[in-house]
Amino acid sequence: MTANSAAAQTTQVIATERAPRMRTLRDTWLIFHRSLVLTIRQPVWIIFGIMYPVLYLVLFGPLLNGAVSQAGTGVSAYNWFVPGLLVQIALFGTAFGGFGLIAELRYGVVERMRVTPMSRTAMLLGRSLRDVVILLTQALIMTVLAIPFGLHLDVAGIVLTFGVLALIALVVAPLSYAAALILKSEDAFAPLVQGIVMPLLLLSGILLPMALAPDWLRFLSSINPLTHAVDAARALFNGDWGNSEIAIGVGLTAALAALAVWVASRAFSRANA
Amino acid sequence: MTGPTPIRNVMIQTTDLRRTFKSRKSTVEAVQGVDLNVAAGEIFGFLGPNGAGKTTTLRMLATLIKPTSGDATVAGADLRRQPQLVRQRIGYVPQGGSTDPAETGRGELVLQGRLYGMSGADAKVRASEVLAALDLEAAADRGTGTYSGGMRRRLDVGLGIVHRPHVLFLDEPTTGLDPQARARMWDEIRNLRALGTTVFLTTHYLEEADVLCDRLAIIDHGKIVAEGTSDQLKQKVAGDVVTIGVDGSGDSVLTLVQAMPFVREASHDAEAGLVRLYVDRGETAVPHLLRSLDAAGYAPTSISLNRPSLDDVFLRQTGRSLREEAA
Repeated sequence: MTANSAAAQTTQVIATERAPRMRTLRDTWLIFHRSLVLTIRQPVWIIFGIMYPVLYLVLFGPLLNGAVSQAGTGVSAYNWFVPGLLVQIALFGTAFGGFGLIAELRYGVVERMRVTPMSRTAMLLGRSLRDVVILLTQALIMTVLAIPFGLHLDVAGIVLTFGVLALIALVVAPLSYAAALILKSEDAFAPLVQGIVMPLLLLSGILLPMALAPDWLRFLSSINPLTHAVDAARALFNGDWGNSEIAIGVGLTAALAALAVWVASRAFSRANA
Repeated sequence: MTGPTPIRNVMIQTTDLRRTFKSRKSTVEAVQGVDLNVAAGEIFGFLGPNGAGKTTTLRMLATLIKPTSGDATVAGADLRRQPQLVRQRIGYVPQGGSTDPAETGRGELVLQGRLYGMSGADAKVRASEVLAALDLEAAADRGTGTYSGGMRRRLDVGLGIVHRPHVLFLDEPTTGLDPQARARMWDEIRNLRALGTTVFLTTHYLEEADVLCDRLAIIDHGKIVAEGTSDQLKQKVAGDVVTIGVDGSGDSVLTLVQAMPFVREASHDAEAGLVRLYVDRGETAVPHLLRSLDAAGYAPTSISLNRPSLDDVFLRQTGRSLREEAA
């Protein structure tokens, strides 16, 4: 172990006082890169993540033609349904990200990193951004698969829709990681996530137009932040630039993302978390 | 008598370090006022049974949990005020492993180096050095999930020394290793000391504390009950240990031997059916003992004479045997 003689080199200082913000950016990149590589090495989850939406597209989409025109959405069934499906992937794909973190907690990887001087925020952001990249890849595949069903493409609209998806992921992923960090067990984590995600999904109007719903259900839907994200995604996806839901949905989701990142990075900073 | 060993270059110093865990139902004082001095360049052992507060103390010194009260200086940095500086200067190898089974050994080491601030190129060079030093080159590019227990533990140590820390904390470094892998780990730890690294390890293995550690502290129920070199601690026990197997008549045998002038101390372990006594010169004491027991009408089932072990030290300080605790 000759090269280790520098253990005695007490003067060696490795970037101790790097500017904190630079450190956060750098460490975020390192964690992002590592977690992306490890995810790609085990692509089974990515495949499962895309399989369910594709089933919806093929087996549920055809049923929608009647319902969507009846609700007077003004667009074809697939142009109405696909942006909703994309939001659904954004929700489901990232909400269970905490599972991976629980595994890392068990391996001791998280504790090992907590002993290094690395940025605590980067532990969160690196993983969350990995989730964003995987999500956008899945979303792209979904969109392309929907073209043969008669989807009309508005490229600018699709790019902006992907921006909304990224924002949704940045709300859901940090909260998922914070919950995983606190609960530390799959047995507690899975029912919690399922219990939150299912009502959010049902009340968001992803599967059927809320215009068909009774008043009380429509009210519940209107106070679900995800509804506004879905409405914004639909308007953007179809180039409906004048729709006021765009500003509401994007603004609300961005604000929630900022809040989620803040709350979750506090959880990562706390000792013994 | 002999005061605390004079320490020239202190690497770890703690003053009345405490940690209390509160839950809704109860309060557990896991560490109850630990004072430690660890010199630069020594292998310091923290010996105690499971639940004695070893890991909690280690986790406090490694900045993983905050002390409830008390102060500590680690590698010249104040634990409370400069935790970042402490992190930069220490390495920590947790008990249950620290690697992702899907990542390669090399991948883990390179990332670890980078998290300590090295450039990508430097981290790669350093990872290769560490892999070579720990004889992990052949497995370097395999997922750590394919490693044997000993290999994985060596990699854990490698991750702790990537950035050439002043102090390396090892939590139960050889627990679960077979004898061969354990001997190998001891060699690695001695190598680190030879290179100037201070090693602070916890163990519940008497032999490990005895053979590997330069100095040790014995901890029980969150308090340090003895501290010194292995020899110093054994001298405190004073003399030899005679263990007599008694069959039910333990209390009367105890009374009998306590009255003998050459017996310094005696105790009765009813559960094990043993009477233990400390005598100055065991080889002359045993014939005396046998004759007296015989004369009084007691028939010992066994009798043994031993030099004091660290277990005797533990037994004398706590009234319990570490061997039984571990079993």
